[in-house]
Amino acid sequence: MAQFEKANSVGEWLDQRLNIKTFNKVMMTEYWIPKDINFLWAMGVLLATTFGILIISGLFLMMYYKPDIKLAFDSVNYTIMQEVAFGWLFRHIHGVAASVVFLIIYIHMLTGIYYGSYKQGREMIWISGMLLFVTFSAAGFSGYMLPWGQMSYWAAMVITNLFGGVPVIGDALVVWIRGDFNVADATLTRFFMLHVFLLPIVIMGLIGLHFYTLRIPHVNNQSSEDIDFDAEAEKYLSGNKKESKVIPFWPIFISKDLAVLGVFLIFYFYLVFFHYSFAMDPVNFDPADPMVTPAHIYPEWYFLWSYEVLRGFFFDIAGIKAFDIGLIAFAFANGIFFVLPWLDRDSKILPAHKRPLFFIWFWLLVVDLIVLTVYGKLPPTGTNAWVGFFAAVAFILLFVLLPVITKLDQKRRG
Amino acid sequence: MSNNTNRRDFIGYSFAAVAAVGGAASLYGMKQVWDPLPSVLAGGFTTIDLTALKAGEPETFTWRGKPIFVLKKSSDMDDSTRDLIVGSDRYTVAIGLCTHLGCIPAWKKGTWKCACHGGEFDASGHQTFGPPPRPLDLPPFEVKENTIVLGNEGPEYQKIAQTLKA
Repeated sequence: MAQFEKANSVGEWLDQRLNIKTFNKVMMTEYWIPKDINFLWAMGVLLATTFGILIISGLFLMMYYKPDIKLAFDSVNYTIMQEVAFGWLFRHIHGVAASVVFLIIYIHMLTGIYYGSYKQGREMIWISGMLLFVTFSAAGFSGYMLPWGQMSYWAAMVITNLFGGVPVIGDALVVWIRGDFNVADATLTRFFMLHVFLLPIVIMGLIGLHFYTLRIPHVNNQSSEDIDFDAEAEKYLSGNKKESKVIPFWPIFISKDLAVLGVFLIFYFYLVFFHYSFAMDPVNFDPADPMVTPAHIYPEWYFLWSYEVLRGFFFDIAGIKAFDIGLIAFAFANGIFFVLPWLDRDSKILPAHKRPLFFIWFWLLVVDLIVLTVYGKLPPTGTNAWVGFFAAVAFILLFVLLPVITKLDQKRRG
Repeated sequence: MSNNTNRRDFIGYSFAAVAAVGGAASLYGMKQVWDPLPSVLAGGFTTIDLTALKAGEPETFTWRGKPIFVLKKSSDMDDSTRDLIVGSDRYTVAIGLCTHLGCIPAWKKGTWKCACHGGEFDASGHQTFGPPPRPLDLPPFEVKENTIVLGNEGPEYQKIAQTLKA
């Protein structure tokens, strides 16, 4: 056992037992961040904060929510919204944060793509981030179901039905996931468990992993310059702060993050108090009815792009059923981002504006995602169906072309 | 020395085997917990009186929480191999969920149209337009005089199910 001496302060007492001084250095004061990064790198702190908001508001909602198909709708729309003091506020905080968290995730992902932050050495940052995205999606979907409104019910119906596309065991798998022949009480209670316990725990674990993956290769920067972090840290510690290319995370860099966070929270609470309805679909204020389908089903805005890829293929091609093509395209859309580090064949890490073809590719991807999102909400008839089809094909083509484009960029650079 | 190593390997493999059996048993138990409850499996019978139906106007019944379409075909509707023939009448019996993603199609002028993704099914339950990959599904049923009981697989069901497979 280590030597313990009489401590002169609480900090010293803890340091002898938990080594908090070293921990503090590694995690905060000597965690080096490049100077050359802009506000887009603050998204990580924004996400951590939004996740914290979701957890805390969720705890308060859970105290009155009832996971029973007879009680769920009223427990949300009457008890929480009408009876509980500030219940409406906690619901709007939770609902808006669930929506906004995806906006920030998408900005975070696109920033990573733009600056090549997924490339060699940083693949694990990218993969753990994608795992977080998938788990957040599952958490978002399982939570969307809980108020047991019409849109909740039919979203659950459609999403669980997707598993019917799995070869051979599909139909049995759907019954197994639901715990009933259709979406019913057993489905609600198990999704409640997933939403309030299992998925948040997994998310917390993945956030830990995501932070850890960052600690070894260090964070990328605006010019994607390869910085020798040890040498630069040495300069900083010896007092040469001006010439050093890095600054400590705490208390220097965090001040910039907190400034961005301040602006974000103003925007976020503006939405919570004045525009909360964007996160609340009117159809979801009708109680779930398994015998009536709403005229038009669509997911929340953040799933629209992949939903449109799914339904973009509305006719059979070469003897393959449209349904199967859609499912394969959907699986492609959700899986392809994981292998992005290996689709990018350029051996150098550079921001998009220094890679001419990749720059075009990046903005085409952004435009295509926006088109898919807009048309994902429109009824899939006539011209809309065709726009959806071509946008879905374009999405797939972009990723097929990516290895060629990045290789060409590298060649042209010489 | 080699004796010792062998002994350690043996202990290691034994432990791995015990852990594998325990792990598999746990997974089996967890899988079973997610299966439908006996009460859900048992509550699956619905009786439908065919004499109450009007020709050309489908009715929707509930079976296992799912909508079931039963249509007594009028004389101007085409015959199909999946028709259920009771006496001199022909019926279409189908699970009323679009085979694309499970929305409920609505009856409009002789076809079931699904609002969600535009799928269409004719009076015999066959898909005629849009993304649905197959005809409306056939629920298991048994014919008893002028009623059908959903949930049991009678000979009439077997016959129609065979023609659907072919």
